[in-house]
Amino acid sequence: MPYPYKKMDENDFEAIRRFTDSSRVWVGEEIAREYYHDEMPNYGTYPPELYVEVVNKEEVSAIMAYAYENNIPVVCRGAGTGLAGGASCKFGGIMLSVMRMNRIFPVDHKNQTITVEPGALLTDVQAAARAEGLFYPPDPGEKTASIGGNVITNAGGMKAVRYGLTRDFVRCIQAVLPDGNIVEFSSNVVKNTTGYDFKDLVIGSEGTLCVLTQVTLKLLPMPKKTCTLVIPFPSLEECADMVPVVLELPFVPTAIEFLERELIEMVERNLKKPFPVTEGNAALIVMYDASSQSELDGAVEAASEAALAHGAIDVAIADTPERADSVWSVRGGILEAMKAESVAQEECDVVVPRSRIAEYVRLAKEIGLRHGITVEPCGHCGDGNIHTEMLRPEGMSDEDWEKGTHACLKELYAVSKKFGGQLSGEHGIGNGRLEYFKDFISPRLYQLHKAVKLAFDDKLILNPGKIVEYKQEEMNYGR
Amino acid sequence: MKIIVCMKQVPATTQVEIDPETGSMKRSGSSTRTNPYDLFALETALRIREKTGGTVTALTMGPDQAVSMMKDAYAMGADEAVILSDRKFAGSDVLATSFTLSQGIRALGGADLIICGKQTTDGDTSQVGPALAEHLHIPHCAWVNGLVCVDSEKIQVKQELGEVTQVSEMKYPCLITVDKDIFVPRLPSYRKKKATQNREVKMLHLADLPDQNLTRYGSIGSPTAVDRMFAPESKARQIHLEGTVSQKTERLFALLTEQKII
Repeated sequence: MPYPYKKMDENDFEAIRRFTDSSRVWVGEEIAREYYHDEMPNYGTYPPELYVEVVNKEEVSAIMAYAYENNIPVVCRGAGTGLAGGASCKFGGIMLSVMRMNRIFPVDHKNQTITVEPGALLTDVQAAARAEGLFYPPDPGEKTASIGGNVITNAGGMKAVRYGLTRDFVRCIQAVLPDGNIVEFSSNVVKNTTGYDFKDLVIGSEGTLCVLTQVTLKLLPMPKKTCTLVIPFPSLEECADMVPVVLELPFVPTAIEFLERELIEMVERNLKKPFPVTEGNAALIVMYDASSQSELDGAVEAASEAALAHGAIDVAIADTPERADSVWSVRGGILEAMKAESVAQEECDVVVPRSRIAEYVRLAKEIGLRHGITVEPCGHCGDGNIHTEMLRPEGMSDEDWEKGTHACLKELYAVSKKFGGQLSGEHGIGNGRLEYFKDFISPRLYQLHKAVKLAFDDKLILNPGKIVEYKQEEMNYGR
Repeated sequence: MKIIVCMKQVPATTQVEIDPETGSMKRSGSSTRTNPYDLFALETALRIREKTGGTVTALTMGPDQAVSMMKDAYAMGADEAVILSDRKFAGSDVLATSFTLSQGIRALGGADLIICGKQTTDGDTSQVGPALAEHLHIPHCAWVNGLVCVDSEKIQVKQELGEVTQVSEMKYPCLITVDKDIFVPRLPSYRKKKATQNREVKMLHLADLPDQNLTRYGSIGSPTAVDRMFAPESKARQIHLEGTVSQKTERLFALLTEQKII
């Protein structure tokens, strides 16, 4: 009988202290407020009953076995940088932080892999690979995210156009199931058709199926040459229209992003980071990696000629690390600048087919205008994952903001669905997008989601109320 | 208005090889780039030209491979590029380099405004710009990090001198050395790159310079003796702040302000 969950008492606190160490356990009011939510407090702020920092898989296993036995919900937390309200204790219980499990093991050169614990930061994993002349390509904007969080949300980032998502770099996973069993999903092999592919099911499951305790990641040789192009256009629409043209060229770009002048100026105003290209109302940023200078020159020339033929004002070439940094640091400052210029933000993380990017961008602006909300589409246009930001100006009433953003979101999601897109490209459903998830998939598929959840977590104790929701009566009857 | 920007090609990496015999840097073979400070200088020149009209000439002393740097300057918007190249210039220290540049500028008929980067990332002396002004007997302002006003007669600049910010005005001809972040350097333009691909990069040799006294050039004209050359050890220092959140925040804010990070 999973619901109602057991309210934790002193005996439970003692048990967790016994499995771990009392210096790593906090209860009730001792728990810092930041652990009540992730990066999006408006997607749910819930106090855990107990917060524990684990140091190894045995502790995770003992806690899960105890929670399973005693019907206590558990939520696993990494660096807390999630953008879906995923790592929050919606039903109280235990917040289990894996941030102390942050070991990075030596690079396995023969297999070209690196094995890390989930609390290792993305930036440290990238640096560890780089130190050995290798490259971990997934590159979400938030570099201080934990690698466990990246895996469990299947984070994408800017370089997905060429290299793919976090999923494409996970060789195998060690995890603890809700009942405390420690399991291995796949092993350090390139191919595997040995039964159901649970590894890929677990990646992107937002902490609802198991707790990661170790992951082995594939690495690539470091690209030898790289160049970023900034292509200014008179309008955002022309900029978006250029995306399929770039993708049709015989060179695969590493990243394609776009920026409206309005957003560039917002970064310049708030972060004092001037953008090196002053022309145009919108700029397409295209990055190429190559194994030789001639290959890189070929890509730059092909993209530049195509851009000029499609109405670009010019093509600016950022061919050194400093030049590239002057471009990418502005791109990287958008979220911060938007936060500085608005009192609240809402975000839509839709992904649409690449062929519909331009149409989506145009409609997104229109929708915002219609509901009196500033809508700023930006981001990964190379993969169709348009981060559509909504900004709340000072002085807007709560009611107008909530009504406006809700209406915008409903319409934006409807557009995405109509275009054959998806609800979330990389941030996940978590708690924040639950309301819209059912509309996006068929009833049968939703049922399948619930069945999968139950197959892993028959007592619904692991991160309950995220991705799929069980009604109270369903929870009482279990499966 | 005639503006000359002095530029230098430097090693693209901090891992440079030193010749154990001479103590100077091995330049050939390694990948190179434009000294980052010189890009700030070129950007400053291009912005002034946009305001006052005139021409921007990029000038460097270096081997023939500096052509790639000059082509890059063309793609950013320079009108003319000149390389002072002669085997007799090899091994120049600050004195010989600044003298050679001054001779190059004289050979080009002088300039209203000369702009240098504050320093190079290989030599790091910050002395070539001011020394060049002395050879040319013109006033200069070093460490400029802002333009207050500029017209066809004079220039007013802001200098960051440690704890003092000084605003100075000079009539042309004069020289400034600019600090990073005075402006963000524009990126090379593909259109300009194509348009200038056949534009000549002018080469000047010793024979083209007004002063033919060999003792002023290259290693002979360089009184500096290099004892030893080494990359400084990089040191990272950690500071742990103690106290309540607000105490730590205040201390951190004070530290960042002291370091001029914010």
